[in-house]
Amino acid sequence: MGDLDFLKVKHLHIDYDKLELDLLNKVLEEEPSFQWCISCGCCTASCSAGNHTTFNVRRISLLLRRGEIESLEKELEKCMLCGKCTLVCPRDIQLRNVVMNIKRNILKYKMILL
Amino acid sequence: MKTYFQYPFLIGTIFLFAALIYIYIKWYVKLSKYDKVRFKKFWTTNKVWKAIKDSINDGLLHLSIFKKNPVLGYMHMSLAFGWFLLIVIGHLEVVVAKGGLNFPFYYAIFFRYFETVHATTIAKIFAAVMDFLLLFILSGVVLAITKRFYKKLFGMKRTTKLKTFDKMALYSLWSIFPLRLLAESCSAAVYNNGSFLTNTTGAWLGNMINVSAIYEPSWWLYSFALCFFFIALPFSRYMHIPTEIYYIFLRNAGIKTKKTWESYAQIQLYSCSRCGICLDACQLFDAGISDVQSVYFLQFIRNKVDAEKPLFGCLICGRCQVECPVHLNLNDLRTALRIKASKPLTFSYAYTKKPEQQTADTIYFAGCMTHLTPNIKKSMTKIFDYVGENVWFMDDDKSICCGRPLMLAGQYDSASQLISKNTELIIASGAKNIILSCPYCYKVFKEDYLLPDINIKFHANYIKELIKQNKLPEGKLNLTAIYHDPCELGRGSNIYQEPREVIEHYAHRIPLQKNKDKDRALCCGAGLGGVNLPAEAKNTVAYNTMSYFAKFNPDVLITACPLCKKTFVRDRRIETMDISELVVKAIEQPNDSKSKETKEISYAII
Repeated sequence: MGDLDFLKVKHLHIDYDKLELDLLNKVLEEEPSFQWCISCGCCTASCSAGNHTTFNVRRISLLLRRGEIESLEKELEKCMLCGKCTLVCPRDIQLRNVVMNIKRNILKYKMILL
Repeated sequence: MKTYFQYPFLIGTIFLFAALIYIYIKWYVKLSKYDKVRFKKFWTTNKVWKAIKDSINDGLLHLSIFKKNPVLGYMHMSLAFGWFLLIVIGHLEVVVAKGGLNFPFYYAIFFRYFETVHATTIAKIFAAVMDFLLLFILSGVVLAITKRFYKKLFGMKRTTKLKTFDKMALYSLWSIFPLRLLAESCSAAVYNNGSFLTNTTGAWLGNMINVSAIYEPSWWLYSFALCFFFIALPFSRYMHIPTEIYYIFLRNAGIKTKKTWESYAQIQLYSCSRCGICLDACQLFDAGISDVQSVYFLQFIRNKVDAEKPLFGCLICGRCQVECPVHLNLNDLRTALRIKASKPLTFSYAYTKKPEQQTADTIYFAGCMTHLTPNIKKSMTKIFDYVGENVWFMDDDKSICCGRPLMLAGQYDSASQLISKNTELIIASGAKNIILSCPYCYKVFKEDYLLPDINIKFHANYIKELIKQNKLPEGKLNLTAIYHDPCELGRGSNIYQEPREVIEHYAHRIPLQKNKDKDRALCCGAGLGGVNLPAEAKNTVAYNTMSYFAKFNPDVLITACPLCKKTFVRDRRIETMDISELVVKAIEQPNDSKSKETKEISYAII
């Protein structure tokens, strides 16, 4: 296994037993267009917030799918809701609504935990 | 003669007045401190007359509805104005007949029952007038009933059912006047105290049945119908009748809708008469969305239904607000609710990097949307170069949003973070002018940025000024153009004339039909207010709007908003350009023709 040491990097591991998919399912239910994403990167290229920092819609998608709610919440604080991503998306995904939806659902999710 | 049938009416009336006084006082108490001062001061000014005039025009005559839909206007007018006249002239009749004010309050309502003989000419004239008014109202009732069933017959969708109180009020309102006709006809059959209408129907009734048997019960029924209507009114949609008058007075007192949902917003909510005129104005109807329209939306709020989806599903284009015959501030009401709904969500923009601070007389702030349509940006730079303006392109590299999109999503607190960042840069630059090429930025700069010493100009206005100062070339292009009014610029910031003048300077503008022009212009469908609208709905709106423009067969569609441009450009039927691109085209044109001339000359030499 010595050659495959890179597999042992802890933070890259996803524990499927602990994976929380409720948030993802809820968001996809409320904004089904998010399923059509082909990760082309147009949103990231046009993003106002992405110009200042590493904010990135594709990463948000990844964090959402991994169920990493804490970092997702932190990341989404940066969005300026300007809506450029929605306009450039070749798949007509309503990204502005995706952001609002994730934020709203994280809030609901936290309320349940409390 | 002792009678008892007036008691239901009296109970209803007393209940109605008690409820109204309670609600009116509650609303007044909940107004903000300054609004109370405004309202108190208002009674000493001339604006009172304006308010009275508005109340008569809108509350009684319904002129605003009349202008838009004469049949609907007539229906509202016959019920409101007809009933009002019936009450006033009814009392006048009693005063004349009794020769004074010495009669009980309910006497005028049931006058035909008490006045069994009338021989004088004046009494006969009064009877004729009262009959005419009754006929006038009955025609309105017939229209109202037909309207409701006609819609059902033809399968018009109604999204929400009427509430119990709405039904009670509706059916009792429908029955009040036919019952009055019945009761008065019975009186006329017995005493012959009616006129052309009631005497005729009375005689007809007399031939068919024994009138004396239904004489008393018919007056009882009339009284009960009034009672039911009055009791149901405060809980039904007919609450709009007394509320609208209250609203007209508050509006004329200069009270504005706040960012929070408070008493004035509540009054507007109850002033909606559900005439349905906003339905025709809403372009989303054609896109298959039938819950965001103001009339339905306000109904959800009134009935306390969860309305988060329709709340964020409106484009905030403002077309319904322009059409509203009650003049409700529908956009502001939605904004107030959006702020309330999205309060728990937070954003933080500590990460943004400052661009290099520069000093300049004039700043150009392109905004996010202009960055997405680089042709506009380039055109503006070319115009600045052409006139030799010393401009600092503030958000050329590290751009920050203006804050308006956040506000449209209800995030006013988050937007203020961006506003303060931009404001800091602008003030430090020592600029006197700031030029914006996006109507969204323009609106927020004008209304929410605190920049008292700085001239905030929209690029169309700036170009207009340049033309006036003869800094831009003359020469019309051989183009026919249509100007599309962006919602945020036209209805939002009231700029209609300058872009038109610029276009007419450089191209042949095709005027649009009046019902689709200026404040009634169509929306492109991409409005940033529509947060959770599906893409299909937006595309349908854009397609329909473009189809309307395509009918005129212009060479170019000119708009003044990068968002509209971005939307229309996808549709290949008409070439779309921004107003600044038109100007650049005009700047570059004479050079072309000059070079052609030189070419021709050079050929000649060869």
